[in-house]
Amino acid sequence: MKISLNGQVKTVNGPMSLSALLDNLSIQPDSVVVELNSEIIPPDAYNKQSVQEADSVEIIRFVGGG
Amino acid sequence: MLRIAGTEFRSRLFLGTGKFSSSEVMAKAIEASDCQMVTVALRRVDLDNPEDDIMSALAQREYTFLPNTSGARDAKEAIRLAHLARAASGSSWLKLEVTPDPRTLLPDPVETLKATETLVKDGFIVLPYMNADPILALKLQDVGAAAVMPLGSPIGTNQGVLTDSMVEIIIDQAKVPVVVDAGIGAPSHAAYAMEMGADAVLVNTAIAVAGDPVAMARAFAQSVEAGRAAYTAGMGQRSKQASASSPEEGKLSADLGFLE
Repeated sequence: MKISLNGQVKTVNGPMSLSALLDNLSIQPDSVVVELNSEIIPPDAYNKQSVQEADSVEIIRFVGGG
Repeated sequence: MLRIAGTEFRSRLFLGTGKFSSSEVMAKAIEASDCQMVTVALRRVDLDNPEDDIMSALAQREYTFLPNTSGARDAKEAIRLAHLARAASGSSWLKLEVTPDPRTLLPDPVETLKATETLVKDGFIVLPYMNADPILALKLQDVGAAAVMPLGSPIGTNQGVLTDSMVEIIIDQAKVPVVVDAGIGAPSHAAYAMEMGADAVLVNTAIAVAGDPVAMARAFAQSVEAGRAAYTAGMGQRSKQASASSPEEGKLSADLGFLE
């Protein structure tokens, strides 16, 4: 399936849970915040939250800044 | 002691974490500065480099994190970033930045005021980055800003406190703490802001791009302390008229009559 991932169209196996997506991307869940279709998903929902065709996923984290 | 939104800060130097050559240098510089408040930004994860996590470099000591909304061009974008920041940090501290023009990075006063009002109602502790405008500072205070952060000069320019006469008015009028932010390029600039009575200064570029960021962080810590000590000691008035430091009475006469 195709999803928008951080602004880029990506093809991933799916549908899958948000946890599985983060795992596939080698991202530590506790180091990021995730928006699914412009809604912030609480970390305890990553397991049950499924990512569907055409979903927009934003994975954000803190970086250095002033 | 400096108190913002009920939290006390021993150090009056806040550090930004951008532009450092490595996370290791950044962590050492922050430690050397002895600061307690550090700013961070939010960005999309680099999917090609998912391990790169600044927070693990800062995990050894306890800091108050002040996430910023850098990149936001209007109130709407800033509010979205604010909610992401709160979800990521688990805290409500926020440095509100709304900068529509990437060339100047100057803050938009109208959008900043709008976003402050909304975010305060949403329970955020809002420290807005603002132009050095005394009227705006009072309006931001009125809608609930926890502190105001007037700029010394544009972000990253190292030009110092070019806005000093306006910052003085802001300090004179504001009931909330005043944190001079942006453009502070040398320890002398930081000391100058503190001598004026600023409650704190936020420094990033000047430390991050220094030849030795750790030594520069220490220099800034000293200058902030010196400036604050001078302010609390009470500085002498400026005057156009000379006034001798040596006593007028008992000057030698006769051959040394020119001393009279």
